[in-house]
Amino acid sequence: MAKNDVKVLGAWPSPYVMRPRIALNIKSVNYEFLEETFGSKSELLLQSNLVHKKIPVLIHGDKPICESMIIVEYIDEVWTSGPSILPSDPYDRAIQRFWAAYVDEKWFAAMKGLRSAQGEERKAFLDQVIEGLALLEEAFGKCSKGKAFFGRDRIGLLDIAFGSFLAWLKVTEKVNGVKLLDEAKTPGLVKWAERFCADAAVKSVMPETEKLLEFSKFLAAKMKGAPPPKN
Amino acid sequence: MAEEILLFGAWGSPFSRRVEMALKLKGIEYKYIEEDITNKSPSLLKYNPVHKKIPVLVHNGKPVAESLVILEYIDETWKDSPILSKDPYERANARFWAKFIDEKCLSAIFKACWGEEKEHEKAVEEASELLQFLENELKEKRYFGGETVGLLDIAANIIGYWLGVFEEASGAELLTREKFPKLCNWANEFVSVSAIKENLPPRDKLIAYLRNRFGVGTTSK
Repeated sequence: MAKNDVKVLGAWPSPYVMRPRIALNIKSVNYEFLEETFGSKSELLLQSNLVHKKIPVLIHGDKPICESMIIVEYIDEVWTSGPSILPSDPYDRAIQRFWAAYVDEKWFAAMKGLRSAQGEERKAFLDQVIEGLALLEEAFGKCSKGKAFFGRDRIGLLDIAFGSFLAWLKVTEKVNGVKLLDEAKTPGLVKWAERFCADAAVKSVMPETEKLLEFSKFLAAKMKGAPPPKN
Repeated sequence: MAEEILLFGAWGSPFSRRVEMALKLKGIEYKYIEEDITNKSPSLLKYNPVHKKIPVLVHNGKPVAESLVILEYIDETWKDSPILSKDPYERANARFWAKFIDEKCLSAIFKACWGEEKEHEKAVEEASELLQFLENELKEKRYFGGETVGLLDIAANIIGYWLGVFEEASGAELLTREKFPKLCNWANEFVSVSAIKENLPPRDKLIAYLRNRFGVGTTSK
């Protein structure tokens, strides 16, 4: 398929945008990455995602598809000659989808809360994040069945859903001076994270921690209304 | 092998009713277990330790939680009377709107019915904007799924039945025929389908429950 038949509207810091890019890489599909400028939304974005006006958007031919995990499933269903992103067994698929929803709705929500909270509230969010990682460690054991990924031999839906947050997880560890992924408490996830980040489909789209850390400082300053810090 | 299908649900919950609707549409027999959500059973806590919520479908001992995840599981396991199209774009579309209903519509509708009085007008406007998206999505179709009830229709049960009940219980006015003629038509069609009709909680009982739990609403006369 010609490169300009497949476009991804997005921005490099966004974990959600990483997801369809990883999926397209797994399927060896060429695509055009249209980077949105931070702080403004392009005409194309506003037209393609009338409801949420958010990235990522996949544009396939003339059809826009929105919501990162929905895009990933779409990619899996369209490009069937590439490796499968979802397992074939309905129960395994349900488990992957369940945990992907958990990561978005509960775990990352706590991570976001951590970013802006203070004092007692901050401790509460931190506890939630750590509890969540313990649950995900257990889920990893059950899903991987001793193999490398949640998707077993290859990166699958849940690897993409959770792995896309790893760069932000590392930034959060640095900013808060805590270890979230820990060899003692979450050994499976620690090794999985290394493998995930090193994977060919992921490497080129995973932001470097330092670069993301600078971006996060810029974001924090902007939210406070202060001028952004100079490098 | 004999199939064992259990469903842990709550009579008034649109989420657990979704699962029942899908099972009934496909003619699947199951055992229903009513949960008292103020006093959760050990079984529920065992089958859904992460969220401790209904609905949970247990198929031959294996639990599946989260209503939309369960709907997809049901469609993939029992292939008669499919509720999702085979076309990837249509599937993505149905999933998008189902997620939209769960993430945006329910809380907006709730705010419009039982929110603070001073926020009421704004809440109604916000809810109406969201309903307008669904009105536009319906176009000239009989159901969101086309000629037959699909996943999105089932997910939209909140709009198709519960919304009307919320309106009556709270006195709020949201889904009017003049603003949303297509959605109103769809709601009538939806609740007339036997697999759906059989799975709606009794109106009066639900109104009484809602008023008891949330009060008589911002706009009750």
